[in-house]
Amino acid sequence: MALDPQTLLAILLMALATYATRAGGLWLASCLRLSRRVEAWLDHIPGAILVSIVAPVVLASGPAEALAGLAVVLVAWRTGSLPVAMVMGVGIVLVLRAVA
Amino acid sequence: MPIEVSGFAIGLVFGVLAGQAGLSVAESFLMSALVYSGAAQFVVLGLWGTPLPVAGIALTTLVVGLRHLLMGAALSPFFSKLPRLEAYGSVFFMADENWALTMSEFSKGKRDAAFLLGGGLAMFASWTTSTLVGRTVGGVLREPARWGLDVAFTAVFLALLVGMWRGRSDLLPWAVAALVAVAAHHFLPGQWYILLGGLTGSLAGAVWRGA
Repeated sequence: MALDPQTLLAILLMALATYATRAGGLWLASCLRLSRRVEAWLDHIPGAILVSIVAPVVLASGPAEALAGLAVVLVAWRTGSLPVAMVMGVGIVLVLRAVA
Repeated sequence: MPIEVSGFAIGLVFGVLAGQAGLSVAESFLMSALVYSGAAQFVVLGLWGTPLPVAGIALTTLVVGLRHLLMGAALSPFFSKLPRLEAYGSVFFMADENWALTMSEFSKGKRDAAFLLGGGLAMFASWTTSTLVGRTVGGVLREPARWGLDVAFTAVFLALLVGMWRGRSDLLPWAVAALVAVAAHHFLPGQWYILLGGLTGSLAGAVWRGA
């Protein structure tokens, strides 16, 4: 049951940050109205963050990653299953790296 | 019920990846129980390393969680009549899925605010249990690099993105995010590309929609 102090601190700060966003919406809405542009901005953040994380790996690291990325998108789209898509992606990269 | 099955599977994946990123069983469980946000938890695993970028992890969690502000604001007309403790206690359990279900109940004219808490508690139990199971089972795997840790994260995020795609309004923000992230990843050190791409992409989406 290892608990590293730095890790614990990170987790507690994450908990505070997340709860602040959950409670903050209730609180903010009672004080002010968000403009439509601010709403659109908040709405687009999660997708844009995820795209930013994957883009350098999928688009700029090599053919194995690009092909695996394409396969993951296709599998996730057709099956809707996250674990299946993940196993496919990892499998394709492992095979292509072994072959290349 | 289908939500809980898929939620359980995602929790298993999180547990496995948390183990590969170096979190202990207790740490993985605590993170799922205290943070209880799949999106934030997956994203910070990508930042995990030694020395631990504590400030970057907290800031990233805050940015990823900003969408909760909108969700909470949408609940507020129905929650404003509740005692404060109940309202502010229930929102701890607010996740994308039970929020969406609660809003659809409200739109049908039902006014039971406990719907959010009920769904949230069920998902909370599923999320923490599956994290524990995934972390324990995943602990058997050694040498994460040989198992493709790098692409496992990428694959999970890509699959999540497929589910988040809402149509053409996402095209511009996602394209901007991808371009900025690739450029920033090339020219800047560390993890700045994630925040830069996320901010410019979402701002592009806001400007585009506002225009």
